[in-house]
Amino acid sequence: MSLLRLEPRGQASRVMVYLTPVIAVALTLVSGFLLFWAMGFDPVKALHAFFIAPLMSVRGLGELAVKATPLVLCAVGLAIGFRANVWNIGAEGQLTLGAITGGGLALAFYGDGGWWLLPLMIVAGMAGGALWAAIPAFLRTRFNASEILTSLMLTYVALLLLNYMTHGPYRDPEGFAFPESRLFEADAVMPILIQGTRVHLGSLFALLAVAGGWVLIARTFIGFQIKVIGLTPAAAGYAGFNEKKIIWLTLLLSGALAGLAGLGEVAGPIGQITPTVSPGYGFTAIIVAFLGRLHPVGILLAGFLMALSFIGGEAAQIGLGLPKAITGVFQGMLLFFLLATDVLIRYRVRFGAQKKAAGKVMA
Amino acid sequence: MGKTLMGLAAGAAVLALGAGAAVAQEKMKVGFVYVGPISDHGYSYQHDQGRLAVEKELGDKVTTTFVENVPEGADAERVIEQLASSGHKLIFTTSFGFMNPTLKVAQRHPDVKFEHATGYKRAANVATYSARFYEGRTILGLIAGKMTKSNVIGYIGSFPIPEVVSGINAFTLALREVNPKAEVRVVWVNSWYDPGKEAEAAKALIDQGADVISLHTDSPAAIQVAQERGLWAFGQSSDMTRFGPKAHLTAIVDDWNTYYVDRVKAAMDGTWKAVDTWGGFKDKMLFLAPYNPAIPQDVVALAEKARTDIMEGKRHSFQGPVKDQSGKVVIPEGKSATDEQILKMDWYVEGVQGKVPK
Repeated sequence: MSLLRLEPRGQASRVMVYLTPVIAVALTLVSGFLLFWAMGFDPVKALHAFFIAPLMSVRGLGELAVKATPLVLCAVGLAIGFRANVWNIGAEGQLTLGAITGGGLALAFYGDGGWWLLPLMIVAGMAGGALWAAIPAFLRTRFNASEILTSLMLTYVALLLLNYMTHGPYRDPEGFAFPESRLFEADAVMPILIQGTRVHLGSLFALLAVAGGWVLIARTFIGFQIKVIGLTPAAAGYAGFNEKKIIWLTLLLSGALAGLAGLGEVAGPIGQITPTVSPGYGFTAIIVAFLGRLHPVGILLAGFLMALSFIGGEAAQIGLGLPKAITGVFQGMLLFFLLATDVLIRYRVRFGAQKKAAGKVMA
Repeated sequence: MGKTLMGLAAGAAVLALGAGAAVAQEKMKVGFVYVGPISDHGYSYQHDQGRLAVEKELGDKVTTTFVENVPEGADAERVIEQLASSGHKLIFTTSFGFMNPTLKVAQRHPDVKFEHATGYKRAANVATYSARFYEGRTILGLIAGKMTKSNVIGYIGSFPIPEVVSGINAFTLALREVNPKAEVRVVWVNSWYDPGKEAEAAKALIDQGADVISLHTDSPAAIQVAQERGLWAFGQSSDMTRFGPKAHLTAIVDDWNTYYVDRVKAAMDGTWKAVDTWGGFKDKMLFLAPYNPAIPQDVVALAEKARTDIMEGKRHSFQGPVKDQSGKVVIPEGKSATDEQILKMDWYVEGVQGKVPK
């Protein structure tokens, strides 16, 4: 007889769905406190340097937005797919393609751009990402090939393609054969939204994606179909919903948003095409999507939290000389606690021995 | 990481966290940005040794800060900006991909001095520096030519940029000088630091018959593979003997200690200028790790003679005639490659298999 028991709830707890991420963050902070303390750092100072100090200036907040932008863009798209059991794992590849196609236009029209160039690049970036996601969509709907594998494998193809382009056609002719494109001209760069920061137009798109994603899921018939297919595919079949259409739609949509994220990086804070456009935003976005409970608003918050964990890691290294690996430790703890506390959604914790009465019913 | 650094940095951080960067400048704050982890035992590790040398040499006159594992993308600018706006007066950005971010930040902080490693863009407050790594490759090539039995040398490349391509060429020229039958096979791993990929590349090259592995990536993974298979390998950036004492022939050791100390001193006494420094053996930016005792004495003598000749200017890594893969003479007899030719090198010399990825 244990003192602590898990008792199944009759129904999943609505409160816990929203509360568990908060509990997970709290547990991460407590563990972080103990960890810093055990390592011999002043835990209050360390947590301050990690989580508070980066937010104390306009520039710091701006950087948070810059970092969260590609995460949120990718995660919103992925989450819509995940709701329909469409597991696009290849946002990183679609993001890369967006950078290649959209950014390529900046180079193609180098020297004779105009006001039209940036909008064209945005469209091309989204098209590139959608195109890359169309391959898994085709393979899934035609041959029933798992999109988890195809989208993941295509990521590596996309990264090699980016390498090829930056070493070949996109290479700066005056660049001493280094694998980087020219710096984009003013016509091809995302306008800065807040002076003194690097917050660019892409952040606005991320907010629009959050709003659009919410409307799609909560207020449209397509969103209803997505939810039904995700929860009970059989019911969706009886209702006559076209599952293939939803697979195509969710993959194209998530691909386009990832492509937009990639274009936003090369036409935003990077300002050129380099062999490393993203430090893994497409993969981190999967964590962001689940941390945000597949809900657009949750994703926005989760995107900021994840961005803070990256920026905080740097700040803590600059400020206190903490090792950078602490970033990974915090992200790992967060995910661990989130998964661990998920059990509270379907179970409640009971203290003390099981009551006799319950035992009788069981028997 | 030294305890002193922590103490100093913590103290400085408390001040910096207050009202922005209005810190009284008694100690000069020097920042370092690394592309890899300082535990890579290679490139970033050597830069960090340079940082520690600055601390040791200048003691309480400086405070140093570093940020490791900084991706070459949108993140670099943020890190450099954060260093510049938190009172650092001299900032070393140690990887090629940090070039444009460094220049962007430098424009906003004209009172801060920047040094970018291996790049080619300078500004009033941005200097560049690099080492003539290819000089070291010449010595490795000579040793490889004498040690190989299969006459196939495996070469693990990071990215096909001129620094790496010129290294492959210098290596191959020296290799074939002592062993005209030997050839070089290159595998690109498209990363500076990826122990898994590097080990795979080493295995693939060994399966193709290579019995000596040379690398231009930063982890010791390939040395460990060579050790297991009982073959030879050269270390990169730092002395990697302990990862494969039997296999490790020698290594090119980057040494930034002298350079960093000199530059920090120059920044302190006001003689710092935004110049380009490209130093080799002679300038103490490059060393060789101790030779493996298994290398015969006459080979060691040959290597040492070449090294001294390079230092004294009697030998050049690219001494004409140098032919490209098609047999065309690119550097004519009696001439040696100009610095510009080396800095832009994107072709292979005779004896390298395959093509430069484009």
